[in-house]
Amino acid sequence: MSTPSTLTMPEAITAETPMSLKEQLARAERLKKLKYGALILPLVLFLVLTFIWPIAALLKRSIDNPEIVSAFPATSELLRQWDGKNAPPDAVFAAFADEIVQHKGSPVFAAAAKRLNMELPGFRSLMMKTARALPPTAGASAREALVEADPRWEEPATWQYLARNASPYTARYLLASVDRKYDDAGNVVQADADEAIYVNVFARTFGMSAIVTAFCLLLGFPLAYLMATQPPRIANVLMIFVVLPFWTSILVRVAAWLVLLQSEGLVNKALMLFGLIDQPLELVFNSTGVYIAMVHILLPFMILPLYSVMKGISPSYVRAAVSLGCPPIRSFWKVYFPLALPGVGAGCLLVFILCMGYYITPALLGSPKEQMASYFVAFYTNQTINWGMAAALSAILFAATLVLYIVYTKLVGGQDMAARAR
Amino acid sequence: MNKSDLKNAVPHVTFRKVQKTYDGENLIVRDLNLDIRRGEFLTLLGPSGSGKTTCLMMLAGFETPTGGEIRLGDKVINSVPPHKRNIGMVFQNYALFPHMTVAENLRFPLAIRKLKASEIDAKVTRALDVVQLGAYGDRYPQQLSGGQQQRIALARALVFDPELVLMDEPLGALDKQLRERMQLEIKHIHEELGITVVFVTHDQSEALTMSDRIAVFNHGVIQQIDSPTALYEKPANNFVANFIGENNALDGTVESLHGETCQVRLDNGARVQASIGNVVKPGSRAVLSVRPECVQLNAQSLGCANRLGGYVKEIIYLGDHLRVRVELAGRKELVIKAPAAQHKHRFDMGDAIHVGINPEQLLALDPSVAA
Repeated sequence: MSTPSTLTMPEAITAETPMSLKEQLARAERLKKLKYGALILPLVLFLVLTFIWPIAALLKRSIDNPEIVSAFPATSELLRQWDGKNAPPDAVFAAFADEIVQHKGSPVFAAAAKRLNMELPGFRSLMMKTARALPPTAGASAREALVEADPRWEEPATWQYLARNASPYTARYLLASVDRKYDDAGNVVQADADEAIYVNVFARTFGMSAIVTAFCLLLGFPLAYLMATQPPRIANVLMIFVVLPFWTSILVRVAAWLVLLQSEGLVNKALMLFGLIDQPLELVFNSTGVYIAMVHILLPFMILPLYSVMKGISPSYVRAAVSLGCPPIRSFWKVYFPLALPGVGAGCLLVFILCMGYYITPALLGSPKEQMASYFVAFYTNQTINWGMAAALSAILFAATLVLYIVYTKLVGGQDMAARAR
Repeated sequence: MNKSDLKNAVPHVTFRKVQKTYDGENLIVRDLNLDIRRGEFLTLLGPSGSGKTTCLMMLAGFETPTGGEIRLGDKVINSVPPHKRNIGMVFQNYALFPHMTVAENLRFPLAIRKLKASEIDAKVTRALDVVQLGAYGDRYPQQLSGGQQQRIALARALVFDPELVLMDEPLGALDKQLRERMQLEIKHIHEELGITVVFVTHDQSEALTMSDRIAVFNHGVIQQIDSPTALYEKPANNFVANFIGENNALDGTVESLHGETCQVRLDNGARVQASIGNVVKPGSRAVLSVRPECVQLNAQSLGCANRLGGYVKEIIYLGDHLRVRVELAGRKELVIKAPAAQHKHRFDMGDAIHVGINPEQLLALDPSVAA
C-alpha cells in the first residue's frame, strides 16, 4: 500500500510545520541579512556620524533662528499674538524688561543683540543702552522704563524686528542667498543693490562649471576614445598619464600652475623665447588661470567614466554601420556616440558637480571676480562666523546638485531602457 | 541559368594574387586567387589563423590588401571605401545597434540611401517577413534570443539589396540545435533570393551543409576549392583529407604507377593499390587516405582489391553504426564505421579480422602538407 502513504506525506509535513514556505524563507534569509548588515555596520555608523549627520545639521542651520527665542522666550511667546500695528501691550514690555534683566551681560543676550543688529544696524547699541537702564526704578512700569531708556521702544516698527524673529525658524538666510529680503511689512522683496551679489555668484559658479565641463569633454573625449581603441599595452601607458595627477595633492598642483603661469613663469618665458609674444600674457589671477588649472585637475574625472563606457563598445558596431553604407564620420555620430552617451553624461555630471564646489583653485589662481559660491561659504564660516548664511549658500549648492543628479538619472534612465533589458 | 552558364559567366568577385601582412614579415594571406561566381554560396573554411577572416575583411573593405587586386564584377575595388561597396555583412556577434529598435536597425541602411519613407517601410516589413520576425519590429535587440538576433542581423544585411552578403562565423554563438536550424534557414533564404553569399566558418559540418562550394584555407593559402562532395571524396592533399571529415592515414612508399592507380608498399610490408592523389613519382613517400565508412569488414571485404589482416582492438556501439578500431600489422590502427545491422555480434574484441579497401577509395597523397 505505497500509494496512500505517499498521499498523506505532504499533509503530515504541513501539520508538523505550521510555518508557511514564505515565512521559512524570510527566517532563513533574515540571518543572512543580519550577518551582512553587521559587516557594514561600522561603515554605516561612520557615515552617519561624519557625513549624514553633519550635513543635516548644517542644512538645518540655514533656517535656524534660535537667538531671540532663547534669550526672550516669554516675550517671543507674547509677540506671536501681537497684531503688529500698534505698540504692543504692557505685558510684552514687562516680560521683555524681565528677560533683559535676567540675561543682561550673558552670551545669550549678546547673541540676540548681534542677531538684531543684522536686521537693523544700530540695534545692538539700542539693546545695550536699554539693558543699562534696567531694572526699572521703583514705581516705574516696564513700559515707562523702556521708553525712558530709548523712545524707539514706543514705535511698533522696533518691536517688528523682535516679532519677526520670535519664531525658531526663518527663511531669511535662504532669501538672502538669492538676493531677496523681508521688507518692514514682512513681504519678500528684492534686496538692495549693494547687498544683491549672490545671484551673480551662483550664475558665475554655474557658468564657470559649464565652461570647465565643456573643455574637459572636448579634451577628454578624443583621449578616452584613443585609449579605448588602442591595444592594452598602449592604453595602459596612457592610463598612467591620466591617473598620475591623482596621486599629487591639489594644492601642490595649483601651486605648480601658479609658478608656471605667472608673468615671469615658464609658459610666458617660453612663448617670448619663441617670439610668439612681445610681453608676458596675463595667465594667472584671472579667469584664464582658473580655467587652465580646473580643467587640468578635473580632466581625469571626465576621462575615466568615458573610458569605462567606451571600452565596452565593440568596434564591430561602427564597422556594421559602415558596411551598411554609412560614411565613417556619420557612423561615429549615429552609432558610436549614442552608445558612449552614458559615459558622457556621467563624466559631465561628475565634473560639473565637482566644479560647483570648487574653492581652492579660484581662491588661489583667480581674482575677486572669479570667486565662486564656495568662497562665500568659506568667507561666512571663517571670517564673519555667520553660520546661517554659510549654511544657506551650501544648501542652495546642495539643492542644485541634487536637481542635476535627478535630471541626469531621468535622462539616462530613459536612454538605458535597452541596456536594462540586457 | 543552369549550372554550366553559371560557370561560364563573369565571376562576381575576383581575387588576383592578393597578399596581406600585418607586420611585414609573416603573410597572413599569400598569393590568393579566387573567383566567386554570381549567386553561389561559397564558404571559406579553415582553422583559426588560416587567413579566411582576413580575406573576408579585405572583401568588405575593412582591411587593405598588401598586394594584388580584388574585383567586384569588372571593377577593381581595392581603394573603394567600405561604405561605398554595397556589400552586406553579418558579424560574429551580430553587431545590432543596441540603442535602436529592430525596425530602426533595418531602416538604418535604407535611410542612408535616402529612400522614400513608404519604400523604406515596405522593405523593412518584407525583410522582417523573410526571417519570420514580422512582429518584433518594436523590440530592442537585447530583448530577443540569440537566434532571433541572428535572423535580424541577416535581415539587416539583406534589406538594402546588396551586391553580395558576407557572413563572418555568424552561427558561432548559438547552441548546436539552433545552429543546425539556422544553417538550413540561411541556406533556404539564399536559394530563395539567389544572392551571392561568402560565408566564413571553422566548422566543417556547417560548411558541408550550406555551401555550393568550399574553399579550404591553411597558412594563408587555399588548399582546395570544390563542391562539398568533391572535397570529401577527392581531397586534393593531405591537409584537406584530414581537415574535412574523419580520415585514416597509412604511410607507405610509391612503387609504380598504372594510369589512374599506383602501387604502394605500406611500412608494414603489405602492398596495396591506390588512386593517385597528388603523388606521382615512384619512390616517393605517400600517405594513403581512406574514410572510415569506406573500409569493408570480413565478408564484405572479399570483393576488394586490397585486403589486410588485423585484430579488433575496440568496438563502440553507436546505435546506427559501430566504430571498430582495428590494429594492422606494424601497430598501425584503422578506425572503421560499420553498419550496426550487418556486423553486430559477428566479431568480438581481440578477434582476427579482414579489412578490405577499394583502390578508388584509397587515395595516395603527398605527406609533406601536414595537417
